[in-house]
Amino acid sequence: MTMKASNRQVNGVTVVDMSGRITLGEGSVILREAVKDLLGKGQKKILLNLSEITYIDSSGIGELVSAFTSVRNQGGELKLLKLTKKVHDLLQITKLYTVFDIKDDEATAIQSFR
Amino acid sequence: MTKRVSYTLDSTLDSVNHAESKAHEVAARAGFNEDDQYNIAMAVREAAVNAVLHGNARDPQKKFFVAYETTEDALVITITDQGGGLDPSALPDPLAPENLMKGSGRGIFLIRAFMDEVRFRNVDPGTEITLIKHVGRKTANAKEETQ
Repeated sequence: MTMKASNRQVNGVTVVDMSGRITLGEGSVILREAVKDLLGKGQKKILLNLSEITYIDSSGIGELVSAFTSVRNQGGELKLLKLTKKVHDLLQITKLYTVFDIKDDEATAIQSFR
Repeated sequence: MTKRVSYTLDSTLDSVNHAESKAHEVAARAGFNEDDQYNIAMAVREAAVNAVLHGNARDPQKKFFVAYETTEDALVITITDQGGGLDPSALPDPLAPENLMKGSGRGIFLIRAFMDEVRFRNVDPGTEITLIKHVGRKTANAKEETQ
């Protein structure tokens, strides 16, 4: 399944609704370009909604880490919303679960941005 | 009874996807549950990505080879590239604090996490990685051998 990403604004936070697979190639590129585009527009409060992400490989994990670092380096915040069990387990195994700020509820996530 | 199928694949991402979906199919046929099918397919994907990107460096002249062998008690998958060889002991630990925020370097770590045994062998030219998953055994960190 091809990865798709679409943006919406909620109280100053850009929510990126993503679906499909974040894997080496197209999926990773779409994520990288989406975050780059938002940072280019000065949108530095980013919530990645991963509820429809069915699969992430090591390249996709690396892309999430790179996105997190890029946003933080520009003084912004990138958080993750609604992980599937598979993605949750992968972040646990790779010890990244505590690195990311992960939320289960969108309203709570939006409020948590500074 | 042992069943074996093998493929010779181009060094492309389409081939990686093929190797992954075939792994899913073979694992399902071998009787693994859905979680194991997913994990085996991901391990194969990561090994195939390594073969294409790091082993063969996407050289269109180079191929990689995937063999799926189902025995009575295990699924044995072998992925061989035609690259310059790999020293698994030289790979950085992706869980180390200095590596945790790196954008790459987790592929073999995930393979080890998802399979029961992982073996590396330098062939001439290239690297052969053998992934073994035993039927009816809970996932544990893989034992590893380098030959």
